[in-house]
Amino acid sequence: MYYLSEITKTIRSKNAGPFWVTIDLFCGDDINYQRVKNGLTIPIAAKHLLITENLIKRFEIDDLRVIKISFQRKYFQGSRLDRDMHGAQFAHIFSEIQIN
Amino acid sequence: MVQSTKILVPSGVLGLGFSEDALNEGLKRKPDIIAIDGGSTDSGPFYLGSGTSKYSYEICEAEWRILMQARNQNNIPLIIGSCGTCGVNDGVDMMFEMTVKIAKRLGHSVKIARIYCERELSEFMQAVDESRITALEPAPDITQEALNKITHIVSSAGVEPIQEALLAGADIILVGRATDTALIAALPLSNNANAGASWHAAKIAECGAFCSTNPSSGVILVEIDMTGFTVEAMAQNAFCTPETVAAHMLYENADPFLLTEPGGCLDVTESSYQALDERRVRVQGSLWHESESYTVKLEAAKLSGYQTTLLTIVREPHYVKNIDKWITKLSAICNEKIRQSSLRSESSYELDFRVIGKNAALGELEFSVNMATELGVCVIITAESQHHADDIAMLVNPYLLHLPLSENEPMPTTAFPYSPANSSRGAFYEFALNHTWRLENPCDGFTLMIDEV
Repeated sequence: MYYLSEITKTIRSKNAGPFWVTIDLFCGDDINYQRVKNGLTIPIAAKHLLITENLIKRFEIDDLRVIKISFQRKYFQGSRLDRDMHGAQFAHIFSEIQIN
Repeated sequence: MVQSTKILVPSGVLGLGFSEDALNEGLKRKPDIIAIDGGSTDSGPFYLGSGTSKYSYEICEAEWRILMQARNQNNIPLIIGSCGTCGVNDGVDMMFEMTVKIAKRLGHSVKIARIYCERELSEFMQAVDESRITALEPAPDITQEALNKITHIVSSAGVEPIQEALLAGADIILVGRATDTALIAALPLSNNANAGASWHAAKIAECGAFCSTNPSSGVILVEIDMTGFTVEAMAQNAFCTPETVAAHMLYENADPFLLTEPGGCLDVTESSYQALDERRVRVQGSLWHESESYTVKLEAAKLSGYQTTLLTIVREPHYVKNIDKWITKLSAICNEKIRQSSLRSESSYELDFRVIGKNAALGELEFSVNMATELGVCVIITAESQHHADDIAMLVNPYLLHLPLSENEPMPTTAFPYSPANSSRGAFYEFALNHTWRLENPCDGFTLMIDEV
């Protein structure tokens, strides 16, 4: 088992407009890219984000060795229950996810 | 026939600062236009809700003056979009007043175009009736209650209103809300540059040097031609590499391959990124798919109440350890005291507690259980008037300071970091629309005004 933080170069998270957040996992090399590609599935992302799978989009960008996870915000940006205006802390949830 | 169009982007937004050396380096390359953004929704709903600007007027004025001088010396147009952060009409007026003031001081004669992008609620309702409004995923519900509380609606202009201003010979173009990319794509598209390259270059350059190894250096130059574009950072210590450029396509985009814009969609699935040297990247193969109907995106904010916050710090180990129990008790007693007091007769309110040092940023999603030495407790009160929110805060204040965990223990005193511990935050806004508006003509609803000063 690996923490995603151990097998990526950078994990960043950011608003993509007020209603979506997008997380980019830069994997660096091919071995780690394959690990993240195989291990970080939509069900695993959904489990950690506490949202249903249909609210998540997952992209594989082979040229950059990036896995991108975009999801609909449960609390829209700046709404009363939103805790993070720019959505950047979601990256830390992913840093601490363990995959095979 | 124009062979290529060069666009100089001084930074991601006016007010953020840029290197003047890098700007001068960019001017040596003889750009055809200087384009800069004035804002976005990124900082939250307050700016659109209140119609105010995030950045200091004085700082924006100092930067705008430098850009107006650069424009004048090189006799090229200067364009800014999303004036005043959120692109409301007041933001355009503010930039117009600033531009006229600076032009007079510098002795410049300029033709200034203003493009207003704000929409009246009645216009929006008519568009709803005409089935021109489409909800994007996810969209807030359009209820009568929400509509009544909307303070501003703007629609993001595409390239066409900007091209109209350029055609009219404007020296300076002040656009209300526009897509970040439209500002940059307008001129190359007028010059018949490759459409996919124009939009893609615009996306890559919209945040200034974010697409380089040194994001804070600001200044970027893109040159767009018939087959692709070339991007270069103007600061000496900033380099564009295929990786930094391609990675910027991911930034703030939910979809890394497709970007929907007014009138079509940019498709970078087949784009290639090639290093020309250590500073410059050439991008080719980007496509533009024109859409059947022309739609613009709407943004709106509504007044959702007034807020007062309180902040304290809990240091006593027994309370740090039992913080959840303490917050539950604090919440219960505050709600009970409000019910028992004369405040109960007033309108509804919400009490939210954020424990800083535990899970304030992530809430229920936090699974790290590292124990902090001290914890901040932020109480956010949202009510229908500032007076009511302030009154509730005054009621909460002594319990936040002194509430014991159980009856038979000494009364604690938490650490108030300042006096008073309560801060009135004023009006609280939320985003109210994530919808598109189908237009018959791309310039419908965008009002162009031209003045010579």
